[in-house]
Amino acid sequence: MKFTLSWLKDHLDTAASLDDILYALTDLGLEVEEVVNPAAKLASFTIAKVLAAEQHPDADRLRVCSVLTDEGEKQIVCGAPNARAGITVVLCKPGDHVPGIDTTLGVGKIRGVESHGMMASERELELSDEHNGIIELPSGEVGQRFIDWLAAHRPDAVDPMVHVKVTPNRPDALGVRGIARDLAARGIGTLKPLTIPQIDGQFDCPVVVQIDPALKAKGCPHFAGRLIRGVTNGPSPAWLQQRLKAIGLRPISALVDITNYFTFGLNRPLHVFDAAKVKGALRIHPAEGGEQMLALDGKTYTLRPGMMAISDDVGVESLAGIMGGEVSGCTPETTDVFLESAWWDPITIAATGRALKINSDARYRFERGVDPAFTLPGLDLATQMVLDLCGGTPSHLAQDGGPIDTKRAYRLTPARVISLVGMDIPEAEQRATLEALGFTLNGDMATPPSWRPDVLGEADLIEEVARVASLTKLVGTPLPRVLAGVPKPILTPLQQRERSARRTIAALGYNECVTYSFIDEAAAKLFGGGEDAVRVDNPISSEMSHLRPDLLPGLLRAAARNQARGFMDLSLAEIGPAFFGGEPGEQHLQATGLLIGHVAPRDPYGSRRPVDVFDAKADAEAVLSALGAPARVQITRKVAGWWHPGRSGVIGLGPNVLATFGEVHPKVLAEMGIKGAAVAFTILVANIPYPKVKTPTRPALTISDLQAVDRDFAFVVDKEVEGLTAVNAALGADKTLIASVRIFDQFTGDKAEAQMGAGKKSIALTVRLQPTDKTLTEAEIESVSARVIDKVTKATGGALRG
Amino acid sequence: MDLTTLRGKYIEAVAGAASEAALEEVRLAALGKKGEISALMATLGRMDPEERKAAGAAMNSLRDEIDAALRAKKAGLADAALNDRLRSEWLDVTLPGRPRPRGTIHPVSQVMEELTAIFADMGFAVAEGPQVESDWYNFDALNIPPEHPARQEHDTFFMHRADGDTRPPHVLRTHTSPVQIRAMMDQGVPLRVIAPGRVYRMDMDQTHTPMFHQVEGIAIDRNISMANLKWTLEEFCRAFFEVDKVELRFRASHFPFTEPSAEVDIRYSNVGGQLRIGEGDKWMEILGSGMMHPKVLQAAGVNPDEWQGFAFGMGIDRIAMLKYGIPDLRAFFESDLRWLRHYGFAALDMPDLAGGLSR
Repeated sequence: MKFTLSWLKDHLDTAASLDDILYALTDLGLEVEEVVNPAAKLASFTIAKVLAAEQHPDADRLRVCSVLTDEGEKQIVCGAPNARAGITVVLCKPGDHVPGIDTTLGVGKIRGVESHGMMASERELELSDEHNGIIELPSGEVGQRFIDWLAAHRPDAVDPMVHVKVTPNRPDALGVRGIARDLAARGIGTLKPLTIPQIDGQFDCPVVVQIDPALKAKGCPHFAGRLIRGVTNGPSPAWLQQRLKAIGLRPISALVDITNYFTFGLNRPLHVFDAAKVKGALRIHPAEGGEQMLALDGKTYTLRPGMMAISDDVGVESLAGIMGGEVSGCTPETTDVFLESAWWDPITIAATGRALKINSDARYRFERGVDPAFTLPGLDLATQMVLDLCGGTPSHLAQDGGPIDTKRAYRLTPARVISLVGMDIPEAEQRATLEALGFTLNGDMATPPSWRPDVLGEADLIEEVARVASLTKLVGTPLPRVLAGVPKPILTPLQQRERSARRTIAALGYNECVTYSFIDEAAAKLFGGGEDAVRVDNPISSEMSHLRPDLLPGLLRAAARNQARGFMDLSLAEIGPAFFGGEPGEQHLQATGLLIGHVAPRDPYGSRRPVDVFDAKADAEAVLSALGAPARVQITRKVAGWWHPGRSGVIGLGPNVLATFGEVHPKVLAEMGIKGAAVAFTILVANIPYPKVKTPTRPALTISDLQAVDRDFAFVVDKEVEGLTAVNAALGADKTLIASVRIFDQFTGDKAEAQMGAGKKSIALTVRLQPTDKTLTEAEIESVSARVIDKVTKATGGALRG
Repeated sequence: MDLTTLRGKYIEAVAGAASEAALEEVRLAALGKKGEISALMATLGRMDPEERKAAGAAMNSLRDEIDAALRAKKAGLADAALNDRLRSEWLDVTLPGRPRPRGTIHPVSQVMEELTAIFADMGFAVAEGPQVESDWYNFDALNIPPEHPARQEHDTFFMHRADGDTRPPHVLRTHTSPVQIRAMMDQGVPLRVIAPGRVYRMDMDQTHTPMFHQVEGIAIDRNISMANLKWTLEEFCRAFFEVDKVELRFRASHFPFTEPSAEVDIRYSNVGGQLRIGEGDKWMEILGSGMMHPKVLQAAGVNPDEWQGFAFGMGIDRIAMLKYGIPDLRAFFESDLRWLRHYGFAALDMPDLAGGLSR
């Protein structure tokens, strides 16, 4: 919402400075976004007088002037035809910036003659387009600041423009008068009275207005207008044009400018029809659908069923409350004008405006709420202005329906205001504030004014009182602790887990990323997602069309971008939500790490080797362990399709999947634009079982003083026998004596097969025996060993390697 | 051979031994079982007591002297050998250490932990909610009815609706405020929670990304006031920005879910491109807040005649940018390794109030 200071002062009697007004506006909740003060760019210019003007010795069109300035007599070369002795001019000195030519002046030589500044034209000072000569002032003293002269003689030229951000609850502040009222309530001056003229109609309005019954209850309860016959629709007066230009509007003609003036001045949008082009009665009705109208913005709109329209016998003449039609619009030739003032239902206007994508000043106001009680007073005021500016004779009022009843009252409880705001605002001040804003108080009941549709309860009264009292004055009061003493931990177990996962993953060397929750459809589909249920209907780009089913695609895309920048060794991770459906809650927390390239840079120690599955597995296990997963888990190969089928595994407890690790499927990598292989792990953080009892106490530590005995075994088995099968079999050989079994070597490949036979490999286990009550005898060790060999060979179908 | 000659011979032999092996030979020759001195001492038994007394003392003294010389020489040889070894073991210690990966924590995660630490101390728990929300939680329950203009201004992402599903489409939550409603419904009152998390708006330009992070905070009790809100935010900002004093300015504003509502500005200065919070003469908007609207309390089943409270919401990415001098929001989500390494935090940089939030 934009307005100028002089416009504001039409409604507000104040001596406050611009700065005080700006401060109050922002503090009241009408945040000042911008102030354009035309005086600022003219501040350095002063008034001077031409004493003499001689012909330039070397140029026909130039004159060498002697100019009396506040700094004495100066020589200025001037090309203006009107530069002559005796005139009072506006002087720009060397060092001044001249806005209209965007130049900072220096002392110059023009055709060999020195010139100390310039005398400006209107255009050079951006006052108007006038450039036929330099400004000749009718008055003014030498040395006087030009802006002071302007303020006294042409105040519009130095009228500051203020742009405030109006929150959607404040339609009343979309008119200058509403803003003036707020300021008056704050004590910045007094609101001037608004006198509604008595319009004496001279004849019956020939344009009959009719609201369709379907719209009377909701849509358009009130439609009024008046014909003014014999108007002259020329340009509007300069002061009006200046104001409209100052707020960024283009003056068009007196009639149109008047409607804009009322829109911004009094938040009363109006429409003017050229009555000669209206055929028959004006009917306000819901569209049947398919009607077309060429609007004032030059575009043709097709109405959908139910949209409100104003039609005559020929067709739709106006998109009610949003934009008028070109056909019945006013032109300089208009002599009979029908001036419309109506009240439109905000919701209907908003829906139509959205559907047709029209943003007009009228729609903006009607959809927020225009004062329904001001429909007729606004019409009368505007009629008077038409009569004043364009002449003509008014008809009687034509109207259908009437203003809606906005009457309602809420209890003002001063103690509650104080308790809620925490500021000691005396009751009398509370009441005075509300009254200044137009509320009517009857005992403790407050009736909001008709222009405040946003006030719908006691809380709104409190807000009005608080903002006028100024929240800037609020002084903080400590929030008491809930309980005295040391605060309890507040994180849920899952939240703690999320933190542990994040810190552990970073400690393992990953760089945590935060990638978008949405990805492109192709990537989503590669990772088991991409259905319609997780599709965003209005994505910002096709790259962000679907909720991610998994964190890997986002990390892979990030990896590809980093590879493109030349970073080939990557450890990226993310801890965040992935979505398995489009309903609220169909998301779960994943912790994913991605390794690409090599484990280390080249170094003198040969640390560098390509990352592989067992790096990912080790990291997955480290994170699982940090999150409290049990040590005994199952590893299966039931992996999703985006993993390498032979080089990936699922870590689970029965059907409960805790994590997946492995190489990413080469086909997926190719589609995601990754160079080389990539290994990754994904942990389903919430699937890890929580301890049944949470206690800081550890179980008792049992340590045997007896030395443990390690025995190593090597077995020849089929190539695809899994090591874990052998480990589990060995563990089963003696559940009390065997403390641990670990694979410490394997021998595979062509050499191994050459030695042990095609399709064979060898794996080596180390078995630790921990006696508990006495040192083991050789015979006991032999007996356990025999059982280990027996169990493992049975389980794997292999044989002890000879 | 007299003792003097014998002494001279072996002292010389000890001194001349070039290795531990040669020295051992000398020891055996002198003090071994069959050594010359041992043999000499064996003759003592055949001497008469007078003679033995004098000769014994002299022989013992000689034996001890040779033994001491042997030991000293042995230690010397060992030192020399060790010195030789140490000389041969010289390495170029300017070579790089063995590479260790250095992971980092994203600034958003770090800042979430920082603000959690501060609010936990003031008794706020952490609440969470789904990121796909029903329009009821995201709008209606927060006093934003379907026709409310604020609803259009939210730049909402809508989820697809299958044909025949007549429910209004779900949305990607446009703010963390729906978590207010869920927390009140789940936990009842009195209540103090913060709700940090991802939010989504259809906006992408120099300073906007379609996803960003917010933290919501609410405190509900029987007599919580806007003055408590101001104190809470002042304390938060002081602790978060790690300065001795901050100054906040409450400016009346409008949010559908709070009344009265205030936008909150913080005092700062900008000296040579460096922002300093708490000083200077500039104000910057950092968050929106207010007293919870009675309709919002009602929507969550809380009686507004008995309970009142405040709510605030602020951008996590934004306060991270302010605190750590990170210039560009978009870079937060681009996962550029150089950015992650530069602005990221070490794994063990865990913010806590005892040790300070940042290093």
